[in-house]
Amino acid sequence: MFLFLTRRLLIAVPTILLISIFVFALQKLLPGDPLLVLAGEERDPQVLELLREKYRLNDPLVVQYFTWVTNALQGDLGISLRTNQPVSELILQKLPVTLQLAAMSMLFALTIGVPAGILSAYKKGSLTDYIANVIALSGLSIPNFWLGIMLILLVSVKWQLLPASGYVPLSEDFGQSLRTMLMPSFVLGTALAATMMRHTRSAMLSVLSADYVHTARAKGLRERRVVLKHAFRNALTPIVTLTALLFGELVAGAVLTEQIFTIPGFGKLVVDAVFNRDYAVVQGIVLVTAVGFIFMNLLADAMYFILNPRLRGL
Amino acid sequence: MKHLKPTLMAALLGATALGLSANEVAAKDLRIALQSDADVLDPDQSRTFVGRIVYASLCDKLVDITPDLEIIPQLATAWQVSEDGTAVTLQLREGVVFHDGTPFNAEAVAANIERSKTMDESRRKSELASITSTEVTGEYEIKLLLAGPDATLMAQLADRAGMMVSPTAAAAAGVDFGLNPVCSGAFTFAERVAQDKIVLKRFADYWNAEAIAFDSVTFLPIPDTTVRLANLQSGDIDMLERLAATDLSQAQADANITVADAVSLGYQGITFNVGNGAKGDNPWGNDKRLRQAFSYAIDRDALNQVVFEGAFAAGNQPFPPTSPWYYADYPVPARDVAKAKALLAEAGYPDGLQLEVQVPNTTVPLQLMQVVQAMVAEAGIELKIVSKEFATLLADQSAGDFTASQIGWSGRVDPDGNIHQFVTTGAGLNDSHFSNPVVDEALNGARVAASTADRKAAYDAARDVLADESPLVYLYHQTWIWAHNSKLEGFTAYPDGMIRLEGVSWAD
Repeated sequence: MFLFLTRRLLIAVPTILLISIFVFALQKLLPGDPLLVLAGEERDPQVLELLREKYRLNDPLVVQYFTWVTNALQGDLGISLRTNQPVSELILQKLPVTLQLAAMSMLFALTIGVPAGILSAYKKGSLTDYIANVIALSGLSIPNFWLGIMLILLVSVKWQLLPASGYVPLSEDFGQSLRTMLMPSFVLGTALAATMMRHTRSAMLSVLSADYVHTARAKGLRERRVVLKHAFRNALTPIVTLTALLFGELVAGAVLTEQIFTIPGFGKLVVDAVFNRDYAVVQGIVLVTAVGFIFMNLLADAMYFILNPRLRGL
Repeated sequence: MKHLKPTLMAALLGATALGLSANEVAAKDLRIALQSDADVLDPDQSRTFVGRIVYASLCDKLVDITPDLEIIPQLATAWQVSEDGTAVTLQLREGVVFHDGTPFNAEAVAANIERSKTMDESRRKSELASITSTEVTGEYEIKLLLAGPDATLMAQLADRAGMMVSPTAAAAAGVDFGLNPVCSGAFTFAERVAQDKIVLKRFADYWNAEAIAFDSVTFLPIPDTTVRLANLQSGDIDMLERLAATDLSQAQADANITVADAVSLGYQGITFNVGNGAKGDNPWGNDKRLRQAFSYAIDRDALNQVVFEGAFAAGNQPFPPTSPWYYADYPVPARDVAKAKALLAEAGYPDGLQLEVQVPNTTVPLQLMQVVQAMVAEAGIELKIVSKEFATLLADQSAGDFTASQIGWSGRVDPDGNIHQFVTTGAGLNDSHFSNPVVDEALNGARVAASTADRKAAYDAARDVLADESPLVYLYHQTWIWAHNSKLEGFTAYPDGMIRLEGVSWAD
């Protein structure tokens, strides 16, 4: 297992490097001049030229890239062209927000999606299965922004139960923090729950028809034990993979949901940065999310070892 | 179970009491939702409109404006322009201190002007270009020496170029001043979380402290207009700026919400490429009759009704019809399809022709152009809408890679700011590359004219040519719409779109 994970970790290095080159190059391919956007209504050619020099935008691309990589390796991700704030500081500000949103959404997705998937697989073809499928499909098809706005209008404006939007750090006010995140994580979670439910269902279906499940039943084990202990454990592998992938996606930012609920997370930051051609911010965030994504996948790989004894020999 | 009831009641009452006391504390905080996040909070470096809204509470200026755009004292109490117009003497308010305790005086003003003019990153250089040097003539008196008469200077000092930052803090922080701005306004900078909030706290030593009723102000960027309004309705915020025209009726129907509005200083319109690169050489750039035809084919009032529910103002000049600088001889033209067709025929296009317009890829400009598309189609103009993401649009426009572009301007207090740099030969924002000696002479003359009447005459002379040539076809003027909690009293709408908190308070 150690060897396996080490190999995975080593592969991660060139992956991250490749990602950084891609992001850097693709950004530069975008039409539009960052300083023209930055200047907005005040385009003083002299100031623009000076800033171009300052941010080294006149350097050849290769030089720009290596300057950035060298600084990044030393922990300096540059500063935002727009607000002058250091990118690393921006990321540190946003990371807890994004992680909290991702974790709470995942919690919704898992607590709704997995039991629903098991139930609908177990009761395949029944009314329960049918209803669970309809709900899952609705979760997938209802756009986040619509559900978000409807929830705000109903829960915040009409019932005045939860704050309409905004964010309070966990450290500042634990309860209020959970309250502000409840609606957005529900919105994100329901969409993921649908995917989760469908995957759990198909994984469970294939496992439930396996021979060892029949054997377990033949041994006279209680049905509950057969389904949850014998079948579900083996169905978990694809679910863990999916959880890791979806979590990675969540960390990359839930742009629309963050926008609707005004949550200052990664998604909003990166979209604004792309529109403003704030290169350093985009690069910094993509790098951090790429690392996060790879880490989540490593975690999933490690989980397989725990879940599947047959892999332990590797 | 019965004995539980009193306990429950007590708990509920206790909770209510707690809630009340929390509300009382919160009542002294004012939460304002902005449409977007501000950029760097350094008056010399900043560029955004929302940044200026924050400054209205954070940084005082030498002078301010009235809702009618008259210049009034703020940190300068009086000013005199020398006879030949080459010097302006300012008398300064005494007893003012910056947030860090540095006294405000003539030296501080001199340091601020020096910073605006010389700091590499300063965006205020062109605004203060006419000032050649300053002369401190007393503890509270300073003389600005000018290269020549500059009719626009006082209006510049009523905006970011006139904002005073602490010279001590500015010298210490250098280019990073914006991370922790220190000014002399009613509130001091407390905290900023990008895209989340900017928090300002009351400045106890503010010279006009009795006009301020809040302990703190929190600015929250909430980009979605519907969500901004929902936040106001749920009580999560107290005030918002730029309510969408389409949400106006909903806000007005809510008894807990008060709406205020003012026609902005800016405009929106179509800029034609008449000489910027190879693409300027096209029928639309070469023949003013086509541009006139385009203008005649548009029903500006209908445009305002359809896209903005009548909340904005139809326009045909760089100044809104409500402005004293508006040239009444050219009222907003009525739609005249026959005339448009005749002009097209005269120009050699009796069967009409195509026009490609680049448009920012956001909802409002796209809706606007779709309505325009339908209107001009009736005159035989086949409008092709090319929607571009804003950064691309700006770059293409600047490089001359466009035939026509839907773009606007946020507006300036002084009329010069709305016109000079767009149509004079070689000016910075003249992406059309329009060039006309009569316009150049009139607009340059307006900058140095001594009296308002002379300036007005110069702008009118320029309009005579510009109305005929139509390098820019103006369509409408945005109206700033604020919505706030009805318990908030004393808010005044200004055409510059700012939120001034002097005299604003919670009703008892």
